Order: sequence, then structure tokens, then C-alpha cells
Amino acid sequence: MAEKIKNSQVFLNPFSKDNPVIVQVLGICSVLAVTAKLAPAMVMGISVIAVLAFSNVIISLLRNTIPTNIRIIVQLVVVAGLVVIVSQLLKAYAYAVSVQLSVFIGLIITNCILMGRLEAFALGNKPWPAFLDGVGNGIGYAVILVIVAFFRELLGSGTLLGYQVVPDSFYEAGYVNNGMMILPPMALIVVACIIWAHRAINKDLQEN
Amino acid sequence: MKINKQSNIYTIIYIVVLVVVVGCALALTSLALRDRQQANVMADTMGQILKAVHVTPEADVTSQFNSLIVKQPVVNAAGEIVSEEGAASVNVAEQSKKPASERLLPVYVCQLPDGEVKYIVSCYGAGLWGPIWGYVAFDADGSTIYGAYFNHQGETPGLGAEIEKPAFASQFDGKSVVAPDGAFVPVDVVKAGQKPVDARRDYVDAVSGGTITSKGVASMLDNCLAPYAAYLQNINKQTK
Repeated sequence: MAEKIKNSQVFLNPFSKDNPVIVQVLGICSVLAVTAKLAPAMVMGISVIAVLAFSNVIISLLRNTIPTNIRIIVQLVVVAGLVVIVSQLLKAYAYAVSVQLSVFIGLIITNCILMGRLEAFALGNKPWPAFLDGVGNGIGYAVILVIVAFFRELLGSGTLLGYQVVPDSFYEAGYVNNGMMILPPMALIVVACIIWAHRAINKDLQEN
Repeated sequence: MKINKQSNIYTIIYIVVLVVVVGCALALTSLALRDRQQANVMADTMGQILKAVHVTPEADVTSQFNSLIVKQPVVNAAGEIVSEEGAASVNVAEQSKKPASERLLPVYVCQLPDGEVKYIVSCYGAGLWGPIWGYVAFDADGSTIYGAYFNHQGETPGLGAEIEKPAFASQFDGKSVVAPDGAFVPVDVVKAGQKPVDARRDYVDAVSGGTITSKGVASMLDNCLAPYAAYLQNINKQTK
């Protein structure tokens, strides 16, 4: 590696300046799909953190042994194995959520964030920084998921984590849940609003 | 000796070892978690059966199920009871493909807290993308539907998937499967505003935008309720 990056930066950069969803715009598919409600979004976030951290560590440990011409296949095998384990664990310990998330846990395998971090970071770094990078990027992803799900559940269903937060008096006064918020396109618009606010604050991210 | 990491032999050995290790890890996880997963699936099925009689599943669904479901007989198309127990072990998916006369038909007899007895029967069919299934509860007269619950594996969210919502299933409440002339006619699912071809049939409105799923529900009910006709007539005679 040309320059040495501090571990703290490795961990903290993905939260804001190098966020996988709102700066690199990776993993958008699952952001659209699982954010209609807060609870599945949280489980999805935790699953991605776990898979990303462990696959980063495993690939980092193996990095000096992996033949370069099959490195993508090796990465896929590791990621796919971990994802299946996570999905089995969810089926055993959080059945209701695993039914809600259905195929999207399996689709973590194709989440670009994973392959991106493995290629860009884990292959060239020691296990500890790789672990931090995995957790950092996972949290960066999960935070956006939770923010989007917060607004979509609040405005679309009037609930948070299944509990009603919009008081009945609002509905009696004529307030109506915005059904649009439950549909996937609104996730894209919420993400776009977050990107807008984020770039307004961080001027150095704005393109000319 | 330095190993050549780019050689074909190394590559092949590497990937074989990796795949074997990952395969073992997955097999172990699957073995370790299978019991819990099956328990979850069972509990989920019990919850679905209870929803057909308008009971909301509680956290401990197994004991709730056992206290409400008093009998689980298996019957045949002639209306005879094949065995008094074991409804839960009948694979409805397999049975629904056999000719009606050869099928084993599970029945869940439910005694509600107010003392009323309901008969819950099981259905299985095909939607647009995958299987759909449901439970239909009959009153003790063997002809009036008390409640119904449907679910699916992967119907389109917002369209076909609406069949699992109470808004669709509650339409079945109070419908009759026995025509005034005594013929057994399962409830039909027709486009809103239309009427079924056979005017004797009771019907409910299909899901807008979920035409194929709705037709799937209709043909599932045709296929799976008809074999119960004799049994349902028998319970009607008993109660009279």
C-alpha cells in the first residue's frame, strides 16, 4: 500500500465521507426493497455488518495464499457461505423477520458493497484493519437503511417498529398515511434527499 | 521450497480445499439449527391455522394451538375418518395432486372459547410465481365458511400478495359452499362487478392486478374443498 491509513479513519470514513450507499451509491437494490418497515431494515443492516466483517477478515487472512486468477471465485465462495449461515441463523432465531426479508438475505451475496470492500481493502490489508473496514462499511450501510426505513414507516404506515406513533387525533383531523411511501420508488427519493443534504453539508463532495 | 501460487495444480487444490471447508461449515450449521427451524415452521403453520378461525396467534402459539384444536383427524373423499390423529403430518401439497378419491384430507377441529366448534380444512395450489395455500374454517353446519386464511410463497407484493391480507380473506366469512339445491359448490373468486358462470355459487371479489393469483385461489378452492364435501355433509348430519 502506498500510504498508511490510520485504523480510526478506516473505521470512521464509511460513516460519512466514504459512505457506501450515499457516496459510492452501492447496494441500492436492497435499500429499495427492505426499508418499508424499520424492523426488517435493522435486521438486514445487522446481517450485512456481520457478513461484511467476517468475510473481510477471512479474505484478509487468506490474502497471501489466494491464487490471483480465481480470487473473485474465492471471495464469492466465502461470502456465499457466510450469507447462507446468516440466513439459517435467522430462520432459527428470528423466523418472522426472515419470512419478511425472504430473498433479500440471500441477495446479500450480490451486494456490491461486499465485493467492493473485499477487492479494494481486504485483499491488501491485515485482518484487524480489514475487520474495522468491514464493520465501518456495514454500519455506514445500516445507518442509511435505518434512516430511510424510519421515514418510510413513519410517513407510510404511521408506526415505528410496529408501534403506532401518529396519534389517532391526527387521523380524525383528516391526516392520511402516504401510501406512496410504502412503494419502492419512494425509497429512492428518500435516499436522494439524504444525498442532497449530505452534499450540501460536505462541500468537498460536490462535483463541478 | 517456494510454492508457485499461479500454477494450475495449486489453484485446483486451493479451490477444492476451500469448497470442502465451506461445505462442511454449512452442513454443520444446517444440522445444528434444523430442529429449531422446524419448530419455527410448525409454530408458523399453527399460527396460520388459528388465523382461519379469527384467533390472533400469541407468543406461545404451540400451547394456544393445542388448547383450541381438540381433534386432528384425517379423512377421505368418502367422508370416512381414516385416522383420528395425524392431520399435521399430511403433506397437503402432495395430496392435492392426487385424484380426489385417493387423497388423505387433514381436518383441524377447533373448539373456540365460547364453545362453538369449527372445522378447519387445508388447501394448496399454484399462484403466479409459486405455491399458494390456505386454511378454510367451516361452521358446524358444514356449509357456511366461518373464516379463511391464505398465504403464498412469492406472489407480487401489492398485487397477488394481497391474498394474505385480511381484506381479501375476510370476504369469505359467511359464504356458503352448499347451493340451495344441495350441490357442493366451492366459493368462486371473480373480477369485481362480475358474477360466476355457475349462478348457484357464492363468490368473492378478486384482487385488482392479481388476476392469476386470484384465479389460482379459485382453482385451489375448487380442487381442495370438493373432496371434503362428503365429510362436511356428515358433520352437518351429526349436528342436526
